[in-house]
Amino acid sequence: MNDVGPARTADDFPDPDIPDIDVVDARGLRCPLPVIRLAARARDLPPGAVLTVLATDPAARHDVPAWARMRGHAMQGEDVDGDVWRLTVRLGATTTTRPP
Amino acid sequence: MTHTTDPADRSADRPADRRVLLDNGGRAPWHPLARQAFVQAMDDGWADPRRLHAEGRRAARLLDGAREAVAAELGARTEEVRFTPSHTAALHSAVLGGAGARRRSGGDVVVGAVERAAVLHAAESSARTHGGTRVVVAVDDHGRVDADGFRRAVGTPGVALAALQAANGEVGTRQPVVEAHEAARAAGVPLLVDAGASLGHDATPHAWDLLAADPADWGAPAGVGVLAVRQRVRLLPRGPEDPEPWAPGGVSVPAAFAAAVALQAVAADRAAEDGRRRELVDRLRAAVARIPDVEVVGDQADRLPHVATFSFLYVDGEALVTELDRAGFAVGSGSACTSSTLEPSHVLAAMGVLTHGNVRVALDRSTTVDDVDRFAATLPGAVARVRDALGVGGL
Repeated sequence: MNDVGPARTADDFPDPDIPDIDVVDARGLRCPLPVIRLAARARDLPPGAVLTVLATDPAARHDVPAWARMRGHAMQGEDVDGDVWRLTVRLGATTTTRPP
Repeated sequence: MTHTTDPADRSADRPADRRVLLDNGGRAPWHPLARQAFVQAMDDGWADPRRLHAEGRRAARLLDGAREAVAAELGARTEEVRFTPSHTAALHSAVLGGAGARRRSGGDVVVGAVERAAVLHAAESSARTHGGTRVVVAVDDHGRVDADGFRRAVGTPGVALAALQAANGEVGTRQPVVEAHEAARAAGVPLLVDAGASLGHDATPHAWDLLAADPADWGAPAGVGVLAVRQRVRLLPRGPEDPEPWAPGGVSVPAAFAAAVALQAVAADRAAEDGRRRELVDRLRAAVARIPDVEVVGDQADRLPHVATFSFLYVDGEALVTELDRAGFAVGSGSACTSSTLEPSHVLAAMGVLTHGNVRVALDRSTTVDDVDRFAATLPGAVARVRDALGVGGL
């Protein structure tokens, strides 16, 4: 990973067992917009897809896991680099259905 | 004009135009008897109670009577009760003074994760001063402190003081204060109970070594707080020397007197008000739960009688508070967008519930069933308008 060279993406390493990771860039957006952007992207993806949101809003770190719980998705990881939170979600089966 | 009665001018009396105040936690409209007591004390208690003349002695009698009345409600001795400039000042004195007096036993301060910011900050400051650590005990998804975790934390050597609220003012959940006090007593650690959101509304806590309370929360004037300290507990004075280090220069006698009279008044009808407000809160929580994508937070039953809190997914809290205000309803919010710091409520965050789109309701004694029903009827439309503005349909 420390090689100096052209930037590579997941497309350079096609592997049917590793799903593509979509990234939603919500840096600079205030709550609830990071969650809304994330949900909008999630709507177009199939169950099992993995989706990462980048956010600087301090509420996102709490609200992305809460959204995932309410929508039946699973948190895959979270870390912070400076003031940028990187929150990754694996979509469940209920992507487009609302609970009553 | 003053002699004519024009029905069109009586708009304030028409229910549809009346403001509905649902943000009565920490600051509520004055109880009528608080107002009456305050006016009386303006005449009888304006003088400095430390002076020896008749006017000073009269003010001192009002202040002593106020201490006695608050002590009686707390089940404490009169000399154990002090008035402070505010609830926040009482919490600061309790944490810094209580922990400071035990600095030879250790520097750690144990707190629940959803204590008031004043407690969390004072605990941090005290721990730093005395070379200790602020130990934060986690809460469950209802906001209730883990009693076993609290017991383990206070039982660890090096703890100067522990603090736990009687109930959380943001979400209403009661805390395991009796268990926490048993554990603290077994460990020889004094326990501060913050009764700021509960005294005057819920059963008076008796398991405490230090207790802080907030008169403005029970319908008395702001500008005075209550700090009760059991005689066996030492409090290290902080700040420059003053005869009353917990209230340098003394407190307002009219405010203290009004606080005591209002406390007696709300204690007198608490049982009746408890049932009435619990019914209203249950009614509101049930109505709100029918709105799509909402989290109704806090324990359903083991809670304060007058607090209801909920968070709406994909809703901007500031926009919702403004929308409701326009419709005639004053509500609170713990969402980041409504705070000056941009940080969401540490209470909602510690519970792991949605922090955005948050609405906090605290019912007053004057809140009626009609107020609650009109609010419940207005809320779905207000939420839908805010969501439409953000274009979140179908998410």
